[in-house]
Amino acid sequence: MEERRINVVVNEEPKSVDVEPRLLLAHFLREVLGLTGTHIGCDTTNCGVCTVLVDGLPMKSCTMFAVMVDGKSVTTVEGLGLPSELHPIQEGFREEHGLQCGFCTPGMMMASKALLEENPNPTEEDIRWGLSGNLCRCTGYQNIVKSVLWAAEKLRSEAGAISR
Amino acid sequence: MYPSRFHYEAPRSLDEAFGVLQAYGDEAKILAGGQSLIPLIKLRFAAPACIVDINNIPGLDFHEEDSDGSLNIGALCRHRTLERSPLLRSKYPTMSATAPLIADPMVRNRGTLVGSVCHADPQGDWASVMLAMGGEIIARRADGSERAIPVSQFVVGPFQNALAQGEIAVRARVPAARGTRTGTYLKLERRVGDFATVGLAVALEVSGGTINRAGLALTGVGPNNIQCTAAEQSLAGKSLNASTIEQAARLAAEAAQPKTDVRGSAEYKRHVVYTFVTRALSNRQASAA
Ligand SMILES: Cc1cc2nc3c(=O)[nH]c(=O)nc-3n(C[C@H](O)[C@H](O)[C@H](O)COP(=O)(O)OP(=O)(O)OC[C@H]3O[C@@H](n4cnc5c(N)ncnc54)[C@H](O)[C@@H]3O)c2cc1C
Ligand code: FES
Ligand code: FES
Repeated sequence: MEERRINVVVNEEPKSVDVEPRLLLAHFLREVLGLTGTHIGCDTTNCGVCTVLVDGLPMKSCTMFAVMVDGKSVTTVEGLGLPSELHPIQEGFREEHGLQCGFCTPGMMMASKALLEENPNPTEEDIRWGLSGNLCRCTGYQNIVKSVLWAAEKLRSEAGAISR
Repeated sequence: MYPSRFHYEAPRSLDEAFGVLQAYGDEAKILAGGQSLIPLIKLRFAAPACIVDINNIPGLDFHEEDSDGSLNIGALCRHRTLERSPLLRSKYPTMSATAPLIADPMVRNRGTLVGSVCHADPQGDWASVMLAMGGEIIARRADGSERAIPVSQFVVGPFQNALAQGEIAVRARVPAARGTRTGTYLKLERRVGDFATVGLAVALEVSGGTINRAGLALTGVGPNNIQCTAAEQSLAGKSLNASTIEQAARLAAEAAQPKTDVRGSAEYKRHVVYTFVTRALSNRQASAA
């Protein structure tokens, strides 16, 4: 069986692992590294629950091979914040009830992270457009949008506090 | 589902890539954005013995105008870049209207225009845009020689392109315009991010209110993207008015070969083509005058 050594930084920790080329990034994260926050919800690249950041951009980890992130950095929901120290996006989802079953939530939050980095002051329309690749089977979109607006405001006020 | 096993190569130069293509012959498959190929591999509709990942080859991620006024789009230029491109926004309205309508933000972060045209999916949006703009694909061989294949000849059937074994599509090229470009891309989808129920690319090259060149192509209403040659010819040399618009819309609707499926009836789709052409050309009337 052919394996290749990949060097990848996952949630700021360098990893060096031998993987089979056919191993999907989503399976690598969940089964090899035990980071089960990244979910898998479809076989057709449609649902977005597997979204992680690769060098800062959101990508569907079910539609990349792990060998393709050799030399790159990957951020999963586990790297977003800690239970004791939530990221403002995580706080927003808690405050505004942005989750019901929670299955889509990690993907929603990772897509939101990239969205807010590019556009710190989004309109509701910007958020709906930016999250259009993430499906919520509980259909809780209204509160998901509110959560991201909440997080945007918090992040802006934090940035303001730092620059002052 | 788990993909079946394959050998993986990530060449660091085109020369290395050609070496792998030579060694593996028709068992090798090029991987660009992977947003069409990997879903097929996961469902085991495709099971290549060797994957040649071109993402580490420098010099393919660009889009720029040449000194002769043609636009070149490298094999690793992502939908994302085209969506945000100031160059496209100012000078290529048809392309700039298309990019945000391809798939969803995550797919756009990886997928490429050249990969999309190579994939030759009858529902791919970029091939229609390239047809309407008279675009071509530049194929390169191991000896460094290149040939330009007009997209009208490049897409030879559903999921089939005209590349010969061992060739790599290194860039797409859109020739310089005769006049100012106007145009747009209209796409009817069941929900945001879906493939087209009907897509229409309109690309006009206009000076002083006269259309020097008209490009019209359709997505999702035939076994391949359809170039509406009769409608294009009816507009060339004319200006836009109610009667030229009506004639073009009728000819485009006649050129469509829609099938009834989950996205709608054949009759409905043909009607949408008529409506889209009317709408796209009416919106452009002011700017073309
Ligand atoms: C959920 C989803 C929704 C989508 N919606 C749309 C949509 O609305 N409209 C649309 O147009 N597309 C859509 N797509 C497809 C998407 O645009 C793909 O990015 C595109 O079709 C393929 O580009 P790629 O770079 O990902 O190519 P890949 O998947 O890497 O390759 C596709 C094919 O082209 C070949 N190929 C790629 N590059 C080259 C090259 N340089 N030389 C020779 N051969 C090459 C490959 O071998 C393969 O056969 C969607 C995809 C998904 C997953
Ligand atoms: S698991 Fe559905 S898009 Fe990745
Ligand atoms: S909260 Fe259940 S899928 Fe979104």
